[in-house]
Amino acid sequence: MKFSESWLRSFVNPSLSGEALSHLLTMAGLEVEEEETVAPAFNDVIVAQVLEVTKHPDADRLNVCKVDIGNYGGTGTPQQIVCGAPNVAAGLKVPCALPGAQLPGDFTIKIAKVRGIESSGMLCSAKELGIAEEASGLLVLPADAPVGQSIRRYLDLDDRLLTLKLTPNRADCLSLTGIAREVAALTGAPATHVDAAEVPVTGTATREIVLDAPAACPRYCGRIVSGVNAKAPTPEWMKRRIERSGIRAISALVDITNYVMLELGQPLHAFDNAKLSGAIHARMAKPGEQLLLLNEQTIPVDADVLMIADDQKPLAMAGIMGGEESGITLETSELFLESAFFAPAAIAGRARRYGFGSDASHRFERGVDFGATRAAIERATQLILEICGGQACPLVEAKADLPARQPVRLRIARVAKVLGVAFTGEQIAQLFDRLALPFTREGEDFLVKPPSYRFDIEIEEDLIEEVARLYGYDNIPAPAPQGSLSMLPHTESARPVARIRQILADAGYQEVVNFAFVEEAWEADFAGNANLIRLANPIASQMSVMRSTLFGGLIANLATNLKRKQSRVRVFETGRCFLRDASSSAVNGFNQPWRLSGLAYGGALPEQWGAPARNVDFFDVKGDLEVLLAPFVARFEKVAHPALHPGRAAQIVLDGKVVGVVGELHPQWVQKYELPLAPVVFELDLDALKHAELPTYADVSRYPAVIRDLALVVDQQVTLQSLLDGLAQHRPALVCDIRLFDVYTGKGIDSGKKSLAFRIVMQDTQRTLQDAEVDAAVQHLVEYLQSAFAAQLRV
Amino acid sequence: MHNLDAIVNEACGAFAATNDPDALEQVKARYLGKSGQITELMKGLGKLPPEEKKTAGAVINRAKGEIEAALNARREAIKLAALEARLAEEALDVTLPGRGESRGGLHPVTRTLERIEGLFRSIGFEVADGPEIEDDFHNFTALNTPDDHPARSMHDTFYLQDESGKVAEGILLRTHTSPIQVRYMQQHVERYKHLETMPEIRVIAPGRVYRVDSDATHSPMFHQVEGLWIGENVSFADLKGVVADFLRRFFESDDLQVRFRPSFFPFTEPSAEIDVAFMSGALKGRWLEIAGCGMVHPNVLRHVGIDPEKYIGFAFGMGPDRLTMLRYGVNDLRLFFDGDLRFLRQFV
Repeated sequence: MKFSESWLRSFVNPSLSGEALSHLLTMAGLEVEEEETVAPAFNDVIVAQVLEVTKHPDADRLNVCKVDIGNYGGTGTPQQIVCGAPNVAAGLKVPCALPGAQLPGDFTIKIAKVRGIESSGMLCSAKELGIAEEASGLLVLPADAPVGQSIRRYLDLDDRLLTLKLTPNRADCLSLTGIAREVAALTGAPATHVDAAEVPVTGTATREIVLDAPAACPRYCGRIVSGVNAKAPTPEWMKRRIERSGIRAISALVDITNYVMLELGQPLHAFDNAKLSGAIHARMAKPGEQLLLLNEQTIPVDADVLMIADDQKPLAMAGIMGGEESGITLETSELFLESAFFAPAAIAGRARRYGFGSDASHRFERGVDFGATRAAIERATQLILEICGGQACPLVEAKADLPARQPVRLRIARVAKVLGVAFTGEQIAQLFDRLALPFTREGEDFLVKPPSYRFDIEIEEDLIEEVARLYGYDNIPAPAPQGSLSMLPHTESARPVARIRQILADAGYQEVVNFAFVEEAWEADFAGNANLIRLANPIASQMSVMRSTLFGGLIANLATNLKRKQSRVRVFETGRCFLRDASSSAVNGFNQPWRLSGLAYGGALPEQWGAPARNVDFFDVKGDLEVLLAPFVARFEKVAHPALHPGRAAQIVLDGKVVGVVGELHPQWVQKYELPLAPVVFELDLDALKHAELPTYADVSRYPAVIRDLALVVDQQVTLQSLLDGLAQHRPALVCDIRLFDVYTGKGIDSGKKSLAFRIVMQDTQRTLQDAEVDAAVQHLVEYLQSAFAAQLRV
Repeated sequence: MHNLDAIVNEACGAFAATNDPDALEQVKARYLGKSGQITELMKGLGKLPPEEKKTAGAVINRAKGEIEAALNARREAIKLAALEARLAEEALDVTLPGRGESRGGLHPVTRTLERIEGLFRSIGFEVADGPEIEDDFHNFTALNTPDDHPARSMHDTFYLQDESGKVAEGILLRTHTSPIQVRYMQQHVERYKHLETMPEIRVIAPGRVYRVDSDATHSPMFHQVEGLWIGENVSFADLKGVVADFLRRFFESDDLQVRFRPSFFPFTEPSAEIDVAFMSGALKGRWLEIAGCGMVHPNVLRHVGIDPEKYIGFAFGMGPDRLTMLRYGVNDLRLFFDGDLRFLRQFV
């Protein structure tokens, strides 16, 4: 809601500065979102009249003007001013900046010679005064502008424009009357009311009004005004007020309806009476009905749209927009004026459904004062008669059940409970009086009857808010709250996500946050996902599908950073992924697991003097994951994954459950996404990482451990895991650890074979081991490996 | 016996002139070896008469002692010199950088969320989480947002397609973290339904939320933190106390100005918008909108089975992205979602 401060002050004029007024409104819940001045600062510009215009003797485009500046400066002598504007003409009234004037843009007017001719001032355009962006010539003022008067005063340029960011519950402040009522309540300054006395009825024509949908339209006032001059000019004062409210002036009749809407909050509509036939109906749309609207769109209307129609055709989408064909034009001489109350529920959402809105629908869907329907039509008639002439015919009103305003009960004790501040009944009564809320008292309770213009007072809390608002939120104390001091659980068997993130950060990974909606191709490439979750209304095609893996975002991060000359990238993200899932554990048919995903690219270490340069590989990242998973030891099993290199990818298995994957990006995607090297990526279920275990104590042996190293040659295809699994099953009790410490291929080893070196640790907690039993244990392991894996002992 | 003094002097001189441990032992032999000068003199004592033997012996022994002392001193000196030489040789340029991995870092908004969680935990708030693909009931209906509320329009809310490509009925990306509030209250009520009076609800719920909006100050995905305190005696004054305390602790600024002004949310009544103003820095004196809050609407409590006559409380929702921007002076929201390491590394 935008309006000019001077218009508001014509209704209520508290002794507050403009700034204090804005603050007052903001702190009362009518947030002043924007404050502008109508014009930038300038001085010594007056209304002047051009008396004579003669060609400049030495310049084609310049004219020498004799200008009447009235009694300004007490001289009354016409001034000689050189002017280059194309529209200058004798008789015109225009703004004139006199010597000494400071114009916007730091421009000072002096007496000067222009091509040899003395000029004592400057005739101005609207642009030169800073009140318009563009101008094609002098700002021509109305013929009745008083010569010699300051232009600031004449055009009311010291006015300010306020824009309120109104919350949807405060539709009562979508008018000057409403804002004035609020200011009066807040300051105690008296507010004046719009004069809406009944106009004298001189005509007789009427139209029957039928309420076919009384719940949607319970009140409709209509009146014919005949013999109007639609071409009459809109008075400057009215034009200025509506334009300063951000509404374009169009023609007198349209401007008047808009003016009254701004004044009283009641949207009005004017039909060309000559284009109507029969009665006026407020009814729901008929099947297949469509209407050409004033905005030149033809809309097929749904059955739940309220229409204004005559006996033959639809005329308007009620409360939203009028029809093109029944609308008034400059040729209209007889109009049918509508002032109605449409129920918010009958209007809400309809305009948005068709992709447009109007000042009328904005008001009706929030609630228009159903007590001011007649006042608005009387006020509009009065202005039409004044400005366009004509005869007012009798007002016809059709009325059904208006919204019931049930009294709302307020308990004094409840106010204290909700606000934390105790109020006496007297205090509350005073606050309600200021708000003009009618109430009765019933013991410790108030029974408040909400006025017809308030749609936001339905329950006790709504009244409590009114009390708090008027009392001032600022005046409510902000104590440290009291609460019972019980400790929160602190579960040791759960690892907080913060800790998991920190481990990765400490390992050199930088956390990122990527959008959850991604490019469709990413889902195919990195997840092989054909069951996509598409957005119905994405903001862009590359953000149209919900991700089922975090890989895409990380690879995009890599590409972005490579473009920015970052040659080493280690990033990770924790976030939800989204999968269709019909099982009952899913929410609304979607499984939305938290995942942790990371990417490492470039040097295994940051470039440095003290370590040889080498690119990161599978085992670097696997090492990071082993640290992350500790104390749990996961199994890494070869896996085929759409995103990953088939020979360099593993699924991560913890307690027999797959919890993630790690591997090199598939060469196909390395090429497609134009990456110079293959990154290593991983993705884990975050829930699996959150698990921790309480440590349990085991005896530490006091007897020395015996260590034996064993080198074995096996086929290349034999995996370490298969050896370790076999050894775990066949190891003698005294063997407490078997660890790989070297892998060798090359000279001395046949091709197709590899040498693995194990360190075997043997220990007993109760005694020192004998050489013979140690030798026997090692021999047992060797024999097992020889028979199960055809391993050869390397000597 | 001045001959002896000369020998001692000569020996000391010879030791001093020697820098090498082996050479020193050879020099030592010239005096103290089997046929060294001192050893020879000792051997000559036997030829002396008994009365001279004692005094001459003492004199020679003293000289021997002096030579041995000089020898030992020289040995030590040579060892020390050798150690110093080794240490000098082993010296490093300690200004060379250390070896190994450099640390990564957390996302700036994560830092903020962790701080928010920490501050609220300190007064007994738990942390809750909820789904991002939500249903209409939890995102809107249960929050007293009627069917035709502007927040439900295609314009603000992301909707999903079903498998046949039609708009999925009642399924959306949550537009705020408030549905977690609803889910948490439902669970709380269920868990404590056997009790006469349920324990207080004190919870915050951080998370990512989605709105159809994208420009310099709006991102289609952003963060929110929801807070909720329900008990038998939790008032608007408590709301002011908690939120003002939080904001001053978060910004570590005791003189931070905090104001509450009336506003409207369907799920709270009375409702307030919270503004802060800094007393110093680039934004000094400007009121900045930071959160929305209010007393939980009785309809919301009823929807989850809580009696609004018995229980009362407040909820707030704030934007951690904005808090992060103000805290660290970040001027463009889009930087948070761009993955630019040059930006992110500033928060290591």
